[in-house]
Amino acid sequence: MKLTRKSESAVTVEKKTLGISRRQFMKHAGIATGGIAAASLMGTGMMRRAEAADVPYDAPIEIKRTICSACAVGCGLYAEVQNGVWTGQEPAFDHPFNAGGHCAKGAALREHGHGEKRVKYPMKLVNGKWKRISWETAFNEVGDKMMQIREESGPDSVYFMGSAKFSNEGCYMYRKLAAMWGTNNVDHSARICHSTTVAGVANTWGYGAQTNSFNDIQNAHAIFFIGANPAEAHPVSMQHILLAKERNNAKIIVVDPRFTRTAAHADLHCDIRPGTDIPFIYGMLWHIFQNGWEDKTFIDQRVFGMDEIREEVSRWTPTEVENVTGVKEEIVYQAAKLMADNRPGTVVWCMGGTQHHVGNANTRAYCILQLALGNMGVSGGGTNIFRGHDNVQGATDLGLLFDNLPGYYGLTSAAWQHWTNVWELDMEWMKSRFDHGTYLGRTPMTTPGIPCSRWFDGVLEEKNKLAQKDNIRLAFFWGQSINTGVRSRDQRDALDKMETVVVVDPFPTIAAVLGNRKDGVYILPAATQFETQGSISNSGRSVQWREQVIQPLFESKTDLEIMYRLSQKLGFAEQYTKRLAIDKATDTLVIEDITREINRGMWTIGLTGQSPERIKQHTMNWGSFNNKTLLAEGGPCEGENYGLPWPCWGTPEQKHPGTQILYNTSKEVKDGGGNFRARYGVEYQGVNILAEGSFSKGSELQDGYPEFTDKMLKQLGWWDELTAEEKASAEGKNWKTDLSGGIVRVAVKHGCTPFGNAKARCIVWTFPDKLPIHREPLYTSRRDLVSKYPTYPDMQIHRLPTLYKSIQDKDVTGQFPLIATSGRLVEYEGGGEESRSNPWLAELQQEMFIEINPADAADRGIANGDTVWVHGPEGGKIKIQAMVTPRVNKGVTWMPYHFAGVMEGESLAPKYLKVLCLM
Amino acid sequence: MATMKFLCDTKRCIECNGCVTACKNENASALEWGIQRRRVVTINDGKPGEASISVACMHCSDAPCMAVCPANCFYRTEDGIVLHNKSTCIGCGYCLYACPFGAPQFPKNGAFGARGTMDKCTFCAGGPEEDHSEAELKMYGANRIAEGKLPMCAELCSTKALLAGDAEVISAIYSERVAYRGAKTQLGSKPQYHF
Repeated sequence: MKLTRKSESAVTVEKKTLGISRRQFMKHAGIATGGIAAASLMGTGMMRRAEAADVPYDAPIEIKRTICSACAVGCGLYAEVQNGVWTGQEPAFDHPFNAGGHCAKGAALREHGHGEKRVKYPMKLVNGKWKRISWETAFNEVGDKMMQIREESGPDSVYFMGSAKFSNEGCYMYRKLAAMWGTNNVDHSARICHSTTVAGVANTWGYGAQTNSFNDIQNAHAIFFIGANPAEAHPVSMQHILLAKERNNAKIIVVDPRFTRTAAHADLHCDIRPGTDIPFIYGMLWHIFQNGWEDKTFIDQRVFGMDEIREEVSRWTPTEVENVTGVKEEIVYQAAKLMADNRPGTVVWCMGGTQHHVGNANTRAYCILQLALGNMGVSGGGTNIFRGHDNVQGATDLGLLFDNLPGYYGLTSAAWQHWTNVWELDMEWMKSRFDHGTYLGRTPMTTPGIPCSRWFDGVLEEKNKLAQKDNIRLAFFWGQSINTGVRSRDQRDALDKMETVVVVDPFPTIAAVLGNRKDGVYILPAATQFETQGSISNSGRSVQWREQVIQPLFESKTDLEIMYRLSQKLGFAEQYTKRLAIDKATDTLVIEDITREINRGMWTIGLTGQSPERIKQHTMNWGSFNNKTLLAEGGPCEGENYGLPWPCWGTPEQKHPGTQILYNTSKEVKDGGGNFRARYGVEYQGVNILAEGSFSKGSELQDGYPEFTDKMLKQLGWWDELTAEEKASAEGKNWKTDLSGGIVRVAVKHGCTPFGNAKARCIVWTFPDKLPIHREPLYTSRRDLVSKYPTYPDMQIHRLPTLYKSIQDKDVTGQFPLIATSGRLVEYEGGGEESRSNPWLAELQQEMFIEINPADAADRGIANGDTVWVHGPEGGKIKIQAMVTPRVNKGVTWMPYHFAGVMEGESLAPKYLKVLCLM
Repeated sequence: MATMKFLCDTKRCIECNGCVTACKNENASALEWGIQRRRVVTINDGKPGEASISVACMHCSDAPCMAVCPANCFYRTEDGIVLHNKSTCIGCGYCLYACPFGAPQFPKNGAFGARGTMDKCTFCAGGPEEDHSEAELKMYGANRIAEGKLPMCAELCSTKALLAGDAEVISAIYSERVAYRGAKTQLGSKPQYHF
């Protein structure tokens, strides 16, 4: 990355730099401009919803329980509704996650229900002008276009970009919509946040999710953040973190190239060079092994492949670690010692770890650190992998992914068979929806689609390099801000090249205005999550039910209704809703029935016991759950974990209490205990990979065991404990595919985990790198290390060619000497389309900026507050403000990723205004 | 009678601005764009020793604003909350000079920022107008105190750094925290590991 001054002349006037904080800096920049922006949007004759001021103070108040839609902490609040208007917001002091607390976003949530910048009607771009159309016209035109493309290019030429803002029911029905349309070209923003985590962590011990809970961090004695900045990204989690610090004297270690607001509360800050997570972790392990601080019993009983790690670690001497990471031996030693001395300790990571070309290896390295310390499966330990969006855990669980069906079943024929069984459909019909050609040796139905991060390559790449019939010709951007992705120029060109762009969102997002097209863009107003109801899963796997706060504003429709109408137009509504009740009066889906269908199919993760009734009961009684243990001490949910975190084994009637801490052998499976999952067979190269001498409390199988199947039940002599009905369903099936749940029921009854009892593995023999290997970043600033730690060769991944080596081979450090990093601001979330549309938040952060070290600024003659051009090696550039601060080290810069609306210095405001003026 | 006070625990403040938008949310009817009654101030921004504190009117017992006001528009409620009357305020700005916390705010009307009448934190206690009347709502915002509730900023604080309420109660909460911290590390000492 390269930074240049915008103006020709050098700075002569001395501007105030040090001693001025980011807030003051921004304030100084923006008050006047912001005021104008706010005023200009209120045109005359504008359609306007009633606001709080229009409602008399003493109008009767209805209280609704809802959940903040920003991050994945899942903060609850009470919404006060008067005459149908959301007039007040009161703290839910009795909510177990947040105890009434909110960050800037949660505290401003009510404004979400007013929505001056909302899309009000369906609209269509015609000859460069936005035209109001009816919903009927919108469904007809979009549907006809889809059918035409299907005819000419096959179903894979339609792209379904989805959202982690959907409810679980919305996520599930969206994946189902894509499936029944006949494509795997469906994905959402988890691809660019924790998809590497899911791949890395699930391959280590079974599941890719956060293993403990936010509340459980109160029990930690050490908290290790790597690439995570919860003070800005998950502020309410800090409630629990600071309690641990206050009450247990928990040590806080922050590994981050930047001195974050979380680092300001840390005992130790380790500023690694970006992209050197693995060497840093191996550097810690070097001291751990050297001093014998590893948990030997835990490793012997529950970990496979630690010896290979030990061998790799021996190469990472303190000298080499310092050379590669830039962190001194003394600091690495202290980090290791703090973790060794203060157990249990927890490890927390976010995008700082995952968004690398070695992202999944990074996440595996973090897991290995916890395995070495024996911190897994215990209260106060675990890998607390904080998810970003409010329902990104749910969206991932429900398969809103290009490589999965709901429940991580994958895309194999067996996976399709399972879901076809759940839907009670004919497999031949399901197959008939797909293109059965072979492209570059791959068949679309069983090949992952095009990821969220590269949808534009699906549009722009030459046809013969794609493993599908044709390019993408129409895309839905449904609740996704594409400005969080990279390569804006390519995104713009792809938007221009496609025949039709369909934006479905409460706000006119960047996808609607980035391109230069004059026709063929539709904007369909989706209701927010406060204008509908449904369940959501927080980062800790707890499921909550959002009550509907207000009616959909303007002409907005709920996600579920839009999906259902599309299925009707496209001719597969019958199959799409086969097992679902329809409300006859409104011709809409009964949402609880969708939750029940989810329960019917989600055996792999145990999202089977969380019936809509149970979820609602938990939400309506959230005050009965303890803020530290998350257990209900009394009341209707007595003994259950808040939100029934999965696995919640068996059917709802079996009343499993949920599993707050994964892999915890100190509890019985029926009470939320467990062990590592047997997911990779029973042996590797002749060596046993099942657990040895370790099993969950009360297990009748007192050693490792494989996953449960019908045959295993028969061998164990437990088959006859199934009812006749269960036997019929279980025959030839395993715990994941037996829809009766009989196999699961009997396994749990004998104290066993249905998924078996294995060791966690430090090596993944099916990955390009068997163990986490350091590879220099593609645009590394340390060219001297490239030959020793090179990246991967270029390769075809699923449907797209993917470049590694050919990028790294070009040395661009002369022209682009600075490292670009990015992250979150507390006021905004994701691409910021929703949060930037909230004036209470927007007035706090008005300008896109770049943090740059005073030394780098001085070298370039840049003063604090200057407008600068930032150039990337791929040709992109942005014009933003410079913030000169020691928060970043020399050679490193940092930018927030929430802003949009300016493309390479050119304001898109006139284009937005065109959309908004119509409203 | 209670003596209402704010206290911000800097060991817990993470500069999340929740208090700022909470205030905006609750007092939206009286606040315009760019006016924040509460702010979070950070010292040593981006450096070791960085610390933040949420600041608004501290409702001083011997309030300097009240002492200097030429229009005599300030008054103190029986709970010790310092309020002012916007109908008699002349917008002179003397209170801003007197206030050690920079609490008084002046809406900027028009391009040259001509001053309107002063606006500041009311401890969510409204103003001299009738409780919950339209006039009170438009000029001062919410009156949570009349509803038996505490200021929104503190009630919504993400980490419970900002405390509001009777001085005795919040001081007891704070003392408990100090005791917890003090029991483990010596108060005021530097972190054990610091580089």
